Amino acid sequence: MIQALRHRGPDGYGFLLEGPVGLAHARLSIIDLEGGGQPIHNEDGSIQVVFNGEIFNFLELREELEARGHRFYTRSDTEVIVHLYEDYGDDFVHHLVGQFAIALWDAPRQRLLLVRDRAGIRPLFYTLAGGRLYFASEVKSLFTQPAVPRELDSLALGEVFTFWAPLEPHSLFRDIQSLPPGHRISVEKGKLKVDRYWDWAFPPEGIDNHRSVEDWAEELRELMIDAVRLRLRSDVPVGAYLSGGLDSSVITSLIHNFTNTPLRTFSIGFEDEEFDESRFQKTLVEYLDTDHTHVTCSREDIGRIFPRVIWHAESTILRTAPAPLMLLSQHVRGSGYKVVLTGEGADEVFGGYDIFKEAKIRRFCHRFPDSVLRPLILNRLYPYLKYSPASGGAFGKQFFSQGMDYINQPFFAHIPRWSTTQRSWKFFSKELKEAVSGRVGFESILPLLPRDIDSWQPLNRDQYVENHTLLSGYLLNSQGDRMAMANSIEGRFPFLDHRVMEFAAGIPPRYKIKVLNEKYLLKQSMAGLIPESIRRRNKQPYRAPDSQSFFRDGKALDWVMELLGETELRRTGYFNPAAVQKLLKKCAAGRVIGFSDNMAFVGILSTMLLDKMFVQGYSSEAFT
Amino acid sequence: MSSEDKIRKFILENYLFTDDQSELNNDDSFLDQGILDSTGILEIIFFIEDEFGIKIKDDEMVPENLDSVNRIVAFIERKQQE
Repeated sequence: MIQALRHRGPDGYGFLLEGPVGLAHARLSIIDLEGGGQPIHNEDGSIQVVFNGEIFNFLELREELEARGHRFYTRSDTEVIVHLYEDYGDDFVHHLVGQFAIALWDAPRQRLLLVRDRAGIRPLFYTLAGGRLYFASEVKSLFTQPAVPRELDSLALGEVFTFWAPLEPHSLFRDIQSLPPGHRISVEKGKLKVDRYWDWAFPPEGIDNHRSVEDWAEELRELMIDAVRLRLRSDVPVGAYLSGGLDSSVITSLIHNFTNTPLRTFSIGFEDEEFDESRFQKTLVEYLDTDHTHVTCSREDIGRIFPRVIWHAESTILRTAPAPLMLLSQHVRGSGYKVVLTGEGADEVFGGYDIFKEAKIRRFCHRFPDSVLRPLILNRLYPYLKYSPASGGAFGKQFFSQGMDYINQPFFAHIPRWSTTQRSWKFFSKELKEAVSGRVGFESILPLLPRDIDSWQPLNRDQYVENHTLLSGYLLNSQGDRMAMANSIEGRFPFLDHRVMEFAAGIPPRYKIKVLNEKYLLKQSMAGLIPESIRRRNKQPYRAPDSQSFFRDGKALDWVMELLGETELRRTGYFNPAAVQKLLKKCAAGRVIGFSDNMAFVGILSTMLLDKMFVQGYSSEAFT
Repeated sequence: MSSEDKIRKFILENYLFTDDQSELNNDDSFLDQGILDSTGILEIIFFIEDEFGIKIKDDEMVPENLDSVNRIVAFIERKQQE
């Protein structure tokens, strides 16, 4: 099982076999290079742990633990886990600032504990098969066990083609669960118990007028400095991604201004001008005077590496955006680095996404549905898109007026996105349509939402739903952890420090998005620290060329033709061959310009790859 | 092929991804039936301009002209007489 995870930890293996339990660890050595091998145990060896990730506040925790009489035999951050567990039991997790998937064996109690970090940065999958519990950081490790069935889950497919990711705790595979963020599992005397130890909770409705913007901004700046400072702890050099946008500029500027760490940065650009942000990256490189590596990604690159992207993502994906990040992490590794800080999470935590602004506008229009003037504000959205949903006049308006019947639902903001995504269902086979119809719908999200969510302010509701669908299921999984770990790179995410998230939950929504100025408070907190051109820049979401990456001179790449040919589509049974042929034809003619066709194409292709590699056992090398 | 047939074929192939003629009635509203998404209308405009050699102004891009097969046919006829 551990051999399948070698890319996550190429620096060594460790094992423990004791009674009913077996633990294995593939190490990416970052802290205590000599002595940090796992499993790591407490003073008498009765508590053993393996974990993937980092405990960033380990120095402070160690000092407290030593003051209470605990003895340490390594310099590793891992060791604080066993001693904290001795003192606090399962609640030890509340003391951790970090990103982690932990497996802890308590020998005296014959008890196994699995814990996943609050935001869901590090993955953890599990399944019960043949009377055994199997768990691992990636599904491919579980599939080394013959007892574990290999089958795609129809409902999860319906969910991905709605919410962009399977809903917690589903994975794309039947009977394989993903432990949701902020959850833990205990197994004792043959009983398995799952519980949630943390959630991103927001205060009930009400406007906080007590604090000024300056006051909020100052506290935020201090918190971000600390979140970045802790994430620079490492015995190997640490780099940072630089996208040219606000979020990575914040991280790199804080490193530059408030730490002694030499700044080493990496960025990705595109041959396609529509997606390229090199100009802004250059501004920041010059401003911060960093040692910088720039990688240019072409459509050909995306088409070439896409099968490997799916091998690592282990999921259907609807955009190709993870692919360039895999290319980038390869260059980071090639430059001798294995840790990078990134700006991921800022949009979710501080209100950066267009979907939040879009919802704000839709609510604004809903107050006076007959107003002729209010909808004009739609033109302020999506200035960066070649083909914007806000264009097309009355037709654009129709897009934004979708779902007004759901105005009071916590998922109101997400209806245009989910409706657009569900347009892909017309490519489903009759069997798949039958399997998901009436079983997957917008309301499927409701059981996952907090009971009091209706009492939260609208933006807070939108952020919660976004956090539990797109962030943990897609961005952190398919675009974050997996694309970095594919090349043995550890990503660190200061914006997803739970102290930052908890602080952000209390910020009045009108300071998060001021009118239509997204991440307003974050921008205020960075005044004077980042170039004004970047601070005042309109947000451009990170995107990459989608369906065009798989066509040359009006013809699909050979492996794409084969995978989306009638024989393969009929054999797997997920999609309607005649409909997919028409989509291929439309793509080949260069007439696919909208979101929904692009998402359908990338989603179908990635699902077929997933089946080929994980159900049928082909290697990602087979597709060239 | 008549204008109506050309438009029907285009909509069926490119938005409904089927050859089944019963999937589309000439009076079906593209918006109400969810046949087009927001950028779909731009694709239709490309198609009409290419296929019928007419130019569509911004203020003509309204549902009254473009929201069903029948409306498009009538719109094209009006434009060709201009």
